[in-house]
Parts: sequence; C-alpha cells; structure tokens
Amino acid sequence: MAFLTLKNVSKVFGNTTAVEDFNLEVEKGEFVSFLGPSGCGKTTTLRMIAGFELPTSGIITLDGEDITYKSPNQRNVGMVFQSYALFPNLTIGQNIGFGLQVRKMPKEEMEKRIDEMLSIVHLEAHKNKYPHQLSGGQQQRIALARALAINPRVLLLDEPLSALDAKIRVELRLEIRRIQQEMGITTIYVTHDQEEALLISDRIVVMSQGLIEQVGTPDKIYNYPSNEFVAQFVGQLNLLPITDVDLENGKCLLAGQEVRFEHTPGRIISESPRLAIRPEELQIGTGEGRNALKGRVESALFLGAVVRLRVDIGGVFLSADFFNERSRTLPHSGDEVVISFPEYSCWVM
Amino acid sequence: MKRGSFWSWLWVIIGTLYFLLPLISTFDFSLRAKKGELSFLAYTRVFTDPNFWATMRFSLLIALFTIFLSIVLIAPTAYWIRLRLPKLRGIVEFISMLPYVIPAIVWVFGAIRTFSGTPFFLTNTLFGTYVLLTTGYVVLSLPFVYRSIDVGLAAIDVKSLTEAAQSLGAGWGTILFKVIFPNLKVAILSSSFLTLAIVIGEYTIASFLVGIKAYGPYMSMIGQNKTYESSSLAIISFLLTWAFMGVIQLLTRGKTSGSSMAGAR
Ligand SMILES: Nc1ncnc2c1ncn2[C@@H]1O[C@H](COP(=O)(O)OP(=O)(O)O)[C@@H](O)[C@H]1O
Ligand SMILES: [Mg+2]
Repeated sequence: MAFLTLKNVSKVFGNTTAVEDFNLEVEKGEFVSFLGPSGCGKTTTLRMIAGFELPTSGIITLDGEDITYKSPNQRNVGMVFQSYALFPNLTIGQNIGFGLQVRKMPKEEMEKRIDEMLSIVHLEAHKNKYPHQLSGGQQQRIALARALAINPRVLLLDEPLSALDAKIRVELRLEIRRIQQEMGITTIYVTHDQEEALLISDRIVVMSQGLIEQVGTPDKIYNYPSNEFVAQFVGQLNLLPITDVDLENGKCLLAGQEVRFEHTPGRIISESPRLAIRPEELQIGTGEGRNALKGRVESALFLGAVVRLRVDIGGVFLSADFFNERSRTLPHSGDEVVISFPEYSCWVM
Repeated sequence: MKRGSFWSWLWVIIGTLYFLLPLISTFDFSLRAKKGELSFLAYTRVFTDPNFWATMRFSLLIALFTIFLSIVLIAPTAYWIRLRLPKLRGIVEFISMLPYVIPAIVWVFGAIRTFSGTPFFLTNTLFGTYVLLTTGYVVLSLPFVYRSIDVGLAAIDVKSLTEAAQSLGAGWGTILFKVIFPNLKVAILSSSFLTLAIVIGEYTIASFLVGIKAYGPYMSMIGQNKTYESSSLAIISFLLTWAFMGVIQLLTRGKTSGSSMAGAR
C-alpha cells in the first residue's frame, strides 16, 4: 500500500461539491502537486489530509493508518500556509521550536534542532528576531522550517508562494524542492501556477471542479494531456478547427490544406474535431516529411529569447514560438510564411 | 493657507477653553474651602475621610472581579466566533451593543425583580448582591470589552494561526494561552483599564444594589452635602480616569509603532 492514500474521498459544503470521488496514492518521499484553477478543490483536499476538514465520504490513510477522522494535532503532518501564519508574539527561534515544545522535547535538544532547521533555510542570523522584522520570503522559509522541525510524516503546502513577488517566488520554489529532496519528505504542494508545478513535482494531479482530470509526471502531463482541459491549462496550445478527419490514415484538412497526424487509438474525438499543437513545435519553413501550412504573419512579438508569431492560415489563427536568433531578421506582419511541424507533434481531439 | 490655519487654530482654542474652563474653575473652587485663602483643605478632608477609602477599595475590588469575569467570558467567546461561527459575528456584535441602548436603570430594575425571588435569591445575601453587582458591570462593560478584543483578533489571522498550531500538535489550551491570548495582550489590558474607569465611577447600578458602599454613590452624596469636597472629589476622579486613559494610550501606542502585525511583546 502506498504511503498516503485517498480513497473515494468527497467533500460537500451545503450544495457545493468541493471534491468528488478523489483517488490518489502517494509514495514515500514523493513530491506531488495539486494543480488547477481557483475553486477546483485543491485546498479542500489538502485540508482533509491535514484534518481541518472531514470528508463527507471516503478514506484517507497515512503509513497504513486510517487517519480520516483523526484530529489535526494528532496527525504529525506539517503545514505551510499562503499567509505564513507565523506566531507574531514569538521569536523566529520560538516559532520553529513551537511544535517541539508541544512535544516536550528537552531544552538542549530543542535548541539544537532549531539551529539545524535555521541552517537548512539559511536564516541562522535571525533566530532572535520577530516575524514582522523579516521579509515575506524569509517568513515563509521560517514557516517551512517550523513545519519540518517536528519531523512530520507529510509536508503540506497551500500555495506557499502566492503572496511573494516573482523573483522570490522563483528562488524559493527551487529551495523548497531542494529541502524536500534533502530530507526525503513526502510532500503535497497546492498551486494554480502550472510552471511551478511542472518545475518542482515528481507527479502532478490536475484538477477541475472538484474532479481529478489527470495524474502523471510533469512531462506526461505536458506532452500527453488526457483531455482538452489539461491540454489548455498546462502550457500554451493551439486548438485549430479541422474538417474531413480520416482517423484510419491520420489525415485531415485545416483551412483546406492537408495535415497528417498520428492517431492514438482510443482517444476520444469530439463532435467538432480540432487539431492540437503546442506553439513551440512549429517552425518557419518546410522540412523533409513535415506538415506544411501556408499563411500570413498577423503579428510578431519579440519577447527576447522567444519570438511569438500569430499566423493567419486561411482564416484560422495559430500561434507559433521560435527561439530568437541574432542573425535572423524577424518576420513582419503581412509576410507570407510557411509553418511546418512533424506529424507526431500534433494530435486530434 | 494662512486663513485656513487661523480658523483651525481658533477652533482648537475654543474647544480647549470649552473643555478646560469648567475644569479650571472647579479646581479653583476646590481650593477655597478655607475662607480668604487658597488651600488643599478640601483634599485633606477627602483623604482623611475613611468612607473615601472604604468606597474606593470596594469599587476597585468589584472592578477587578468584573474585569476578570468579562475577560474570561468574552475572550474565548470572541475567539470561537471568529474561528468557527463567523456568520454569528453580526448578531453577537449587536447583542454586545445592547448595554449602550438599554439604560442602566432599566437593567438594574430588571435584575432586582428577577434575582430577588424564586429561584434566584441573590439580593437576600450580601454576597449575592455583590455577585449581582459584578455581573451587572460585566454587562455594562460588554460593548467595549467585546469590541476591543474583537479588534485585537482582527489584527491576527486567527484561523491560520490556530491551524498552524494544531498541525504542530497543540491542543486548545496551548493554542489559547500560547498563541491567541499573548496576541490580545494590548486589547485585554486596554479594555481592563476602561472597565476599571467605568466601574469606579458608576452610579446607577451601585446605588440601587449597594448604596454608598460604592465610590459612585459616595461621590454623589458628597456632592449633595459638601460643597468644596465635592469639587475636590471631581478633580480626583478626573485625574484617576485620565491616568487610566493614559495607560491605555501608552499600551496601544507601543503596539502600533511596533509593527503592523500586532506584535505585542
Ligand atoms: N468552508 C467552506 N464552506 C463552503 N464552501 C467552501 C468552503 N471551503 C471551500 N468551499 C468551496 O469549495 C470549492 C473548492 O474550494 P477550494 O478547495 O478552496 O478551492 P481551491 O483551493 O482549488 O481554490 C469552492 O467552490 C469553494 O467555494
Ligand atoms: Mg486554495
């Protein structure tokens, strides 16, 4: 049995179903992210693992023990909040020691543990300060240290970086991952930021409206999204209307031009089929054995490393990303271009 | 610019005079107990009056019990409402305001009627009467004690702090005494001093329940019977109240200059 399992877990608030038939198995030491738009039930699921909400139905087990109805202070689960939630009346050292004091750890051992945690988050110098004297990023590191100090069985983080500015966010997410790997701690990380989830997770659970849409490794989620929601939510995606779909031979028409695609048997095709392709799979100019579409540049955005084109293919607009090259002149709006891509890079849904 | 500052200064001066003149003349009057000279005779008489000290001690004692009872009652209640029953906050706030609109005289008649017969015989014994007096003051102080503590709670993220403490293994006792109350220190202290000031000067409830045992009725009796002493008493009470208010000011200022996060230390 997996280390942490959720079996048929549902949560209903009045007449909203926040989480519906949630099933997940998390292995020991794994880093799993819950990814989805706001209101899809990520926090509620996390709070049921923490014990702050009781499931309407279903079972949650941790390390073989049924913890579904266990009170939160008996679970030995670490929690990090978006708002840091440091105790304002206690020093940084006392904050980290809070859980240890509750556990009646001897003073000397406790001080050692506090120092150890402070060094893990690189804030040794701030032990005797108060939370309000630290920056947001520093406070969140302390909150992380406080949650980890008690050696929790699982670490739960609910959008821990949402309140921080972009630069700190980028720094801290790598640090969270580093610490998680160093300590080998099983972690559930809630976020609505797909880039964050892709970067730091072993596996991602994509959710929408209380349901799991897909569970998988970041590259699986990105390259093989199991449905339109996942494909759209994770990364950029062109969804282009097509006609005359021939699944047998993997052919269809896009604005009158033929496109070949690789069809995965069993994939559900909707009533109004569309060709799905990521902007970065596209290239300017033709190539051996590639699909080629003639069109006209509508706009060209220079983003530094990347150039983003919007191309009009006979009335269908697609967006294409290219790496910038110093020697190449940028296409201008109105230019006639050929956009090409290999058949295995696109799919029909 | 000049015009504006002239008018604002004029208003400040008028306001100050309106406030200070009666005070100054009361003080001046209180010094004239001895004919033809200024003296502190009226003050000496007050301070040597055993009734002054007895009533003051009685009222202080009742005030302390009131403070203790109302904090013990209101702090956990306000906390629980913020944590678990946020929908009730409006109703509770309304109830806590009732003492503002219900005159003390109405309360005291109601209380005497209710608690002097079956099944409650509180007014039959001295102790019962004191209990009734204390609970009356708890009701009287409810609006600002509740307000003050609720505002104190608003300054901290009650839900997250509680949950953070819970996930670290803390039970309710630890959460209340190590996390919530320390962050309400300023709110609790300032509402305590306000309660103190109000209970000591209270007249209506005290006069109906215990009469001149309490400081308020004592003050009123002196006011009716002894001209100069009443003025000196007014000044003494005024200074006392100001001292309490000063303490509150000091407490709350320390809080705001410290941090935006109610970092009571
Ligand atoms: N305590 C609650 N009472 C009522 N509805 C709630 C409560 N908590 C969450 N919900 C509802 O459950 C749904 C999921 O919320 P939540 O788990 O917070 O989503 P997320 O964290 O993904 O943004 C939302 O529709 C939200 O309004
Ligand atoms: Mg959330």
